[in-house]
Amino acid sequence: MGRVEGKVAFITGAARGQGRSHARRLAQEGADIIAIDACEDQPNIPYAGATEADLAETVRQVEALDRRIVATKADVRDFAALKAAVDEGVAQLGRLDIVSANAGIGVNPLSTDEIPDEVWKDMLDVNLSGAWRAAKAAIPHIKAGGRGGSIILTSSAAGLRAYANAGAYVSAKHGVVGLMRTLALELAPDMIRVNSIHPTQVDTDMIQNEATYRLFRPDLDHPTKEDFAPASQTMNALPIPWVEAIDISNAVLFLASDEARYITGVTLSVDAGSNIK
Amino acid sequence: MGRLEGKVAFITGAARGQGRSHALRLAQEGADIIAIDICEALSENTYPPATEEDLTETVRQVEALDRRIVATKADVRDFAQVKKAVDDGVAQLGRLDIVSANAGIGGTPHHSEDIPEDEWKNMIDINLSGVWRATKAAIPHLKAGGRGGSIILTSSDAGLFAYENISHYVSAKHGVVGLMRTLALELAPDFIRVNSVHPTTVNTLMVQNEGTYKLFRPDLENPTQDDFAAAATTMNALPIPWVEPIDISNAVLFFASDESRYVTGVPLAVDAGAAIK
Repeated sequence: MGRVEGKVAFITGAARGQGRSHARRLAQEGADIIAIDACEDQPNIPYAGATEADLAETVRQVEALDRRIVATKADVRDFAALKAAVDEGVAQLGRLDIVSANAGIGVNPLSTDEIPDEVWKDMLDVNLSGAWRAAKAAIPHIKAGGRGGSIILTSSAAGLRAYANAGAYVSAKHGVVGLMRTLALELAPDMIRVNSIHPTQVDTDMIQNEATYRLFRPDLDHPTKEDFAPASQTMNALPIPWVEAIDISNAVLFLASDEARYITGVTLSVDAGSNIK
Repeated sequence: MGRLEGKVAFITGAARGQGRSHALRLAQEGADIIAIDICEALSENTYPPATEEDLTETVRQVEALDRRIVATKADVRDFAQVKKAVDDGVAQLGRLDIVSANAGIGGTPHHSEDIPEDEWKNMIDINLSGVWRATKAAIPHLKAGGRGGSIILTSSDAGLFAYENISHYVSAKHGVVGLMRTLALELAPDFIRVNSVHPTTVNTLMVQNEGTYKLFRPDLENPTQDDFAAAATTMNALPIPWVEPIDISNAVLFFASDESRYVTGVPLAVDAGAAIK
């Protein structure tokens, strides 16, 4: 018996990286999946966007686990597209229990007073407003089930403390904490729990790119992954440079499952101790 | 394959309540157990003490799960007793991986200025120093294993914010957070993780007694469990009066298992949203 057997989970940003890992982990434990991803290059972002082929690969991997998945190309900046995807997924899979608002974009390092207006707006629109839209599209379905539910918002270690030259990212991820706490209060009467997860660096394309390497190694012209690793490790208490996507998925699974049935309003760091350094 | 297969866990206050629940839950997932409990009356408590029969019952229940358990009558106020029990347990069971520093008392409510000196000292000695002594006895064995480990300190919602009339309890439980963060930093190089759990009211004798009922219902002369339940529910965001020991055990299991292998330094509220109300 899986730990989320018979449940349905909606995951944003599910084409690759953490989102795909969450889809697989929840499916391993018995959940069916509603998946969306923008599947496009994002403006002002220093690495390639996910593709429709990536999303198709997530579908293949979930189906290989004998779970159902309804995957749609949809952008969290577009509420109508998001709502249509969730409504269609619930129509096909019959219910909704879990939301993983995971879609997010990474940092193009700039001092905060130099961030162009459109870069700031894109960051907030995806990393904060996108989480709100995902919740907004899902809440009516979770309430309609009358069985409670679990919403997990992916914030960041940068949602709990600041990092220089990532002002828009830090602001968006802090905003996610405020959204989480407000939703937790509003939805508690319906036994819908809302929590956030705060990863340190995760080994995905969002950080394994030269822009992130420059954020951590402003002292070098063309820093490499090998230059990034020791700088990244100094942020963490545990002697590791980054965590893996599966480590975030296991935290999502815990919060999604009934093992956390009375946990709500919590900021859960999965950060190798970076918040206490 | 259990989630803690082959591991050994040391649990204080294991004769009943949360401690027994932790022993059973960890044993269900494959761990062997080293258990201690004072099994004696503490004068300032307003509820009946755990007994040696209670501890024997924990042994019976763990053995019924086909796991081994080494149980000793020992007081967390006495380091020599705690150390001897842990040393004996490790000698018999071969290793140590997990610590649940759970032993604690509820004490008697007073205005801060009215707390008798001996009650203050005893509260700190058990609920804070007892936690430190449990870790002090365990850390050499965890380090000797060379496989890392997980230490889980039981704090309280009263470790995150204050309640009136129990400043000795609030101070001790806040102190546990400081101890947790310090240990997390000190032990990170050895991959020994340290986290704390922060329950709201848990359905055990420590709260289900007239002393607690009066703390929550100073307006009534002889408050009942129903009177208490109504007041306890107002503390939580979720519409429940208290959580069950198994809910804390599931959080302990998450921290104890490799699913949280990179989670350290985290205070995790299992509190039905009390912290955000």
